[in-house]
Amino acid sequence: MRDASKHLLFILAPLVVVFALLPGAYQNHLLLFNFVIFLILAQGVNIIYGFTGYLPFGYVGFFGAGAYGFAVMVMHLQTPALLAVLVGGLVAVALGLLLTPLLRLSGAYFAIANLAASLAVLHFVANPALEGITKGPYGVSLTGTFNPTNAYYAAIAVLALTVGGVVYLKNSPFGLALQAVREDSVSASMAGVNIVKMRVIAWLGSALVAGLAGGIYAWYVSVFYPDNVFSSEFSIFAIVFALFGGVATITGPIVGVLILYGIYNLIGFTTPQYFQLIYGLLIMGLVLFLPAGLVSLATRRGWHVP
Amino acid sequence: MTYALVAGVLFGLYFSLVGIGLNLVFGVMRIVNLAHGDMLMLGAFIAVGVVGIAGIDPLFAVPLAFVVFVLAGFLLYWVLVPRLQGSTNPEMLSIILFFGLSQVIEAVTTIFAGTSERSIQSRLLGTVFTTIKVKWFGGKAGGAGPIQILGQGFPAPWVIAAATSLVAIALVYLYLYHTRLGTLTRAVMSRRDEALATGIDVDRVSAAAFGIGLGLAAVAGVFAPFMFGSVTPAFGADATVTSFAIVVLGSLGNPLGTALGGIVYGVFYMLVQTYLSSWADLLPYVLLILILLLRPSGLLGRRVRVA
Repeated sequence: MRDASKHLLFILAPLVVVFALLPGAYQNHLLLFNFVIFLILAQGVNIIYGFTGYLPFGYVGFFGAGAYGFAVMVMHLQTPALLAVLVGGLVAVALGLLLTPLLRLSGAYFAIANLAASLAVLHFVANPALEGITKGPYGVSLTGTFNPTNAYYAAIAVLALTVGGVVYLKNSPFGLALQAVREDSVSASMAGVNIVKMRVIAWLGSALVAGLAGGIYAWYVSVFYPDNVFSSEFSIFAIVFALFGGVATITGPIVGVLILYGIYNLIGFTTPQYFQLIYGLLIMGLVLFLPAGLVSLATRRGWHVP
Repeated sequence: MTYALVAGVLFGLYFSLVGIGLNLVFGVMRIVNLAHGDMLMLGAFIAVGVVGIAGIDPLFAVPLAFVVFVLAGFLLYWVLVPRLQGSTNPEMLSIILFFGLSQVIEAVTTIFAGTSERSIQSRLLGTVFTTIKVKWFGGKAGGAGPIQILGQGFPAPWVIAAATSLVAIALVYLYLYHTRLGTLTRAVMSRRDEALATGIDVDRVSAAAFGIGLGLAAVAGVFAPFMFGSVTPAFGADATVTSFAIVVLGSLGNPLGTALGGIVYGVFYMLVQTYLSSWADLLPYVLLILILLLRPSGLLGRRVRVA
């Protein structure tokens, strides 16, 4: 466990402190908030894709479910925001439980089914027939709980939780067993690893953090439409960020988000199509030339990357 | 009811054409072509271009789109695929790689076609419809209205698209089962390693399949403006998801299953839209998940492929 405390001290703690202090020094709080959200999502993808090999192409389903869990609690039960965020997380876990049968599928089948699942949840939530509960496609407005400062700190707490989870996976027999299952499930099973239980725990953990992030996102923006919180950009960005840095590491997804989302914000908003072009080329180059992510540049030289 | 069924079959045949190229690529190379919908979109732009520049029937765009995209497919194959196949997890990475490609295509199309393409689109679409009307009804005996099937009238473009799809699927069948390259293609589909070991030039077979897959997507795209109303550069992403639903319904890796999958999807889609319209968007995805879980090999699949 010495490594684990080192990781907590030198990766998690600085990350949390920096993001907790930055709002005082930097004015664009929405941008900082988005950074934190994408850090959470990229680490969530890391938990499920990096450690178990399942590519969650519809990861945003959990995020949106969390956002709507939050919205429904606040709209209909007038619960305090923090409680509603927790409920959002639980809604995502419930969705994850509902979708556990998908883990029977492998490879591209899982990715496609997951994508379909997220779209199904989107169309379910956005259905005009459910207007009484979710406000259907017309979007929700939660001005009563609007409090971006608290939401930002809640997001940092979830970030700490998520990164802490990844540190645990990286330093525990459980995480090692998960990676063994990813590499060769038959051999891992022979060695006494309970494959199904392992995968389900990782899956639900990954769903939980996305749901919490979704709830906090709803809290922060307070006005949104189904298409906003179920935008496939969340899944894609989270996956690309995590991959760009390098999955199954603690630092990889963090580096990926900081660099790529940073670039996104530098060049993103003035000419979207040129940005899209650069982004697409970047993704293609990444897969073709650096499929194991930025950290592979270091590991290839024999350096150890946490 | 009859209307919904027949419209479902017409749309279904067209949907089969939409999905079949995606399936061919996946079956042969185990590569998930997320840029499939963008090929459709480009095919549609070729049709629009042919009508806009030459002012002729968009059916002439079909062979043009096919040839252009088969060649483009060969090129793309040699640039992208061998390198991808060399990586540790090509199936997963292909999803991300082709997502990148779809972004590039969408961006380049937007840059060249402009962001105001919607208004141009609708104007062009009008001329497309009139062209088709003149070609098919002005020439033939009188009837300028919809085509009659089982006592119900259907828009002519639907029928033409369905007929073209039928021809295309028949040609794919002939290719796979009655040509030498097609036999080799099926060999690679069933066992890639063994095909390689028996001396089959897997790269050549795969390149051909990739080219044909893209070509078929482009042909389907030619009809997209008629079937979906209009086409924008952002149309590709939706089309990809729809194609996936169809392909998985049939069975991933079996191109002819796609024909069945397309028809099931089409009929289902039309029935739901007629009777449960507010849930119409949701049900295809639920159907897709159910089929994946209950019968992961698809309706016509032979081997179950689960973890």
